[in-house]
Amino acid sequence: MATTGTVVGIISNLVVVKVNGPVSQNEICYINHHAVKLMAEVIRIGSENAYIQVFESTRGLKTGTPVEFTGHMLEAILGPGILSKNFDGLQHDLDKMEGVFLQKGDYTHPLEVDKDWRFKPLAKVGDEVEAGSWLGEVTENWIAHKIMVPFTFEGEFKVKKIVAAGDYKIEDTIAVLEDEESNEHKVSMIQKWPVKVPIKTYKNKPRPAKFLETGIRVIDSFTPIVEGGTGFIPGPFGTGKTVLQHALSKQADADMIIVAACGERANEVVEIFAEFPELDDPRTGRKLMERTTIIANTSNMPVAAREASVYTAMTIAEYYRSMGLKILLLADSTSRWAQALREMSNRMEELPGPDAFPMDLPAIISNFYSRAGFVHLNNGETGSVTFIGTVSPAGGNLKEPVTEATKKAARCFYALSQNRADSKRYPAIDAVESYSKYLEYPEYIDYVSKAISPKWVDNILDARNILVRGREAYEQINILGDDGVPVEYHEIFWKSEVIDFVILQQDAFDKIDASTPINRQQYMLEKVLNINKTLFSFEHFEEVNPYFKKIINVLKQMNYSEFESEQFKKFEKELEEILNEKAVVETEQP
Amino acid sequence: METTAFQKIHTKVDQITKATCSLYATGVGNEEMALVNDRLAQVVKIEGDLVTLQIFSGTEGIPTNAEVVFLGHAPQLAVSDELAGRFFNAYGQPIDGGPEVDGKLVEIGGPSVNPVRRKQPSELIATGIAGIDLNNTLVTGQKIPFFADPDQPYNQVMAMVALRAKADKIILGGMGITNDDYLFFKNLFENAGAIDRIISFVNTTENPPVERLLVPDMALSAAEYFAVEKNQNVLVLLTDMTLYADALSIVSNRMDQIPSKDSMPGSLYSDLAKLYEKAVQFPDGGSITIIAVTTLSGGDITHAIPDNTGYITEGQLFLRKETDIGKVIIDPFRSLSRLKQLVIGKKTREDHPQVMNAAIRLYADAANAKTKIENGFDLTDYDKRAMSFAKDYATELLAIDINIEIDTMIDTAWKLFDKYFSHAETGIKAELVEKYGKQIK
Repeated sequence: MATTGTVVGIISNLVVVKVNGPVSQNEICYINHHAVKLMAEVIRIGSENAYIQVFESTRGLKTGTPVEFTGHMLEAILGPGILSKNFDGLQHDLDKMEGVFLQKGDYTHPLEVDKDWRFKPLAKVGDEVEAGSWLGEVTENWIAHKIMVPFTFEGEFKVKKIVAAGDYKIEDTIAVLEDEESNEHKVSMIQKWPVKVPIKTYKNKPRPAKFLETGIRVIDSFTPIVEGGTGFIPGPFGTGKTVLQHALSKQADADMIIVAACGERANEVVEIFAEFPELDDPRTGRKLMERTTIIANTSNMPVAAREASVYTAMTIAEYYRSMGLKILLLADSTSRWAQALREMSNRMEELPGPDAFPMDLPAIISNFYSRAGFVHLNNGETGSVTFIGTVSPAGGNLKEPVTEATKKAARCFYALSQNRADSKRYPAIDAVESYSKYLEYPEYIDYVSKAISPKWVDNILDARNILVRGREAYEQINILGDDGVPVEYHEIFWKSEVIDFVILQQDAFDKIDASTPINRQQYMLEKVLNINKTLFSFEHFEEVNPYFKKIINVLKQMNYSEFESEQFKKFEKELEEILNEKAVVETEQP
Repeated sequence: METTAFQKIHTKVDQITKATCSLYATGVGNEEMALVNDRLAQVVKIEGDLVTLQIFSGTEGIPTNAEVVFLGHAPQLAVSDELAGRFFNAYGQPIDGGPEVDGKLVEIGGPSVNPVRRKQPSELIATGIAGIDLNNTLVTGQKIPFFADPDQPYNQVMAMVALRAKADKIILGGMGITNDDYLFFKNLFENAGAIDRIISFVNTTENPPVERLLVPDMALSAAEYFAVEKNQNVLVLLTDMTLYADALSIVSNRMDQIPSKDSMPGSLYSDLAKLYEKAVQFPDGGSITIIAVTTLSGGDITHAIPDNTGYITEGQLFLRKETDIGKVIIDPFRSLSRLKQLVIGKKTREDHPQVMNAAIRLYADAANAKTKIENGFDLTDYDKRAMSFAKDYATELLAIDINIEIDTMIDTAWKLFDKYFSHAETGIKAELVEKYGKQIK
């Protein structure tokens, strides 16, 4: 007998329910409000009362309303058909909902129950399998979607039956497994998993080391992310967080992109809805939307579901990782998620931590980030979930609780600078303030010295040094005046400006410049570093600025040209001529 | 909202605080409206049979034997075409001496639009003000506030924008505005001959502050009626959202909630987003555009109210007094319309984006030149030209008293480029200079 209860108290979307049987923490229940069912989650239990947060508006709800408990936590439904979908935070298919407005209790199935999938068995009768083992596959868009032994299955199983290749629906039984006690278990193409629990059906989770290409120079070159890595992007409003996330979602070298639009503007999601079905994915030649899944809980959608939305997104990511794929999960913004936690903690009258956030906020954030990672699956394949979240610090102050907690959890830090944004230096990532811990990993250094160039990491450290020295020179010039410092200071400053304008800045709206492959990045970085090593002779500080502006202009034209095209080479030649004008000593070429 | 026959009247109030009263009652819905001795109130909390009501106009003089009648519905508004040309209070009751509006009753603060049903905004709103149309172009379905200090003429500018925009309906939500400002809007709308396009919901400083929490939802519910049912383009003006947020903090304080940054409730972001996100382009052609005012304290945009607003809205418009010309301008540096790239160069002339950027960059060069003077450095010839340009640019384009077509704005910019700079100094693409720059000599 399922537990039931009745509503005895209502404070905004926190509802108190008197229950008649056992309930568990985080159990899902439904309030039977008139003809609609309102979904809710148990967040505290006290004597015979359960405190539940309702994922909908509770307007009009009365005491005495019956409540049914489901016996399980919030679950994601996992199976073929998730790609290209637009879900709400609870994984309901937004496209299946009726009407222009979201109606309370309009809960739609996330997948297509009637669709036929061409199933191909991978396992044979008699095979020993366990949770996460691949039984077969179907083709979903362009991904070989593996049908796995449900993650909830504990222990060893033997394949008793498996269907022949052919068309099946997601709820059809495709295999029968036998456990150690000879009980039979039917397996279909879908399975359910509680979103707040990490999926751990892999062999191990080594330190990530494989470089993940994003095409964004300041990230790939200066603050690289890796397959299975974690990063976060804090920045005041107007510094281009969302443009950066959109660029990542378009360009990153991943098999699947999951975008969790968490408490942000609806029009930004609409931009993805409008553009992604049109844009080509250069990796597959298909449309970008075919490798993308969107979880949209925009700022005007119910707050409680906002918290769930990031977990739903992570669970889907882990599911696809178990198929041996590399997944990039983007969440914009995790601050809104933290605020949702704060609202609920407040209503439950918990003692507040800093800025009224719950005391366990840092633990919640680091637990979530730890679900990302590169894994070795039990069958020897590898998969990864790379997670990059944005943070919207209140007042642009990076000393606020969400930013600080995230800083402890994430390994890459992309600081968006208001100054850079104001002077239209986009992407506004401050390459000096930002860091990537992966640059220190011997595994990473080893990987990129083989995959990119043996000097790669040294070059990056050189370039970063030049930026720091340029910044110091600039401060001196500002304090002492243009003619109050030696001419060399101007040269040092302008050499760092070359790196800024040519490598760091990138035009997200230009067809060619928007995405730079790593071989091209390496080529340009070498070029710019050589300019930096070149000594020039200037008579007067007034010569320095126009000269370097010329250099920058030609290098930018190279950025705008097709790599190694006629045009590119023409500008490269022009650059040589300009350099020869003033260069005194050529340093040794490598 | 009168009482009707057979409604149960409660006469025993159990607890009274500054803003709320509690009584034992059954069958009451959350957020339901009630009358407490004829004062409007709303259910904010239910604990068993103990129902807590927030009385909008305060609890002064409420006795323990007050008559409490539950109305059985959330706050609602009668919507029909009769709304046009009328003035209402925060409860949607007429304050212009006219009759009650006959229409369909809708609950205010209704559901959100399904994001997959939204259309990408793409229609430009022309205001005649170059600081907006040229530099920070507005688009239907956008939400954007003026960030202004209290001494700046934001209400005047907003009213001007509203009257010039070719909106089918203009809905004013006035929160905590002074009676003088209310009369300013009223006279302006009446004299402009636009009164039949305009609907106003007004809470002045003479009314209780908590009442103003209803104003934006009233205005937006009326907007949804015209945008959804009549496929009209509706412009909603909300002034002043800072006073709205202040009212939120009063309520949360009285409800014993723990305040977060700047004494604001922890839910400020969600509360504001719920309103601003009502801005939408509907698939059937109707739209809701929101222009709001957020007054700042000493220009501080890191305060919780402008800060949260900035994360929600699609840009912001800053007013600034330009001392060189003695006029108020739209600050081209700090203002931003995030949706402008959806229309500029697409719905406007192709040279619009480049001309806009070049002019702002040259204006920035002039600002740098000014700093040079302040620091006692010499000016180059370029600096001097940039400064002359800046003065003309501010007078002929940035000032808020400009009212010209967008093409004229672009041509004016070209004229100023030709007057002070070589084409190379403007940095505009050669083919655009060829096509548009040479016409003006």
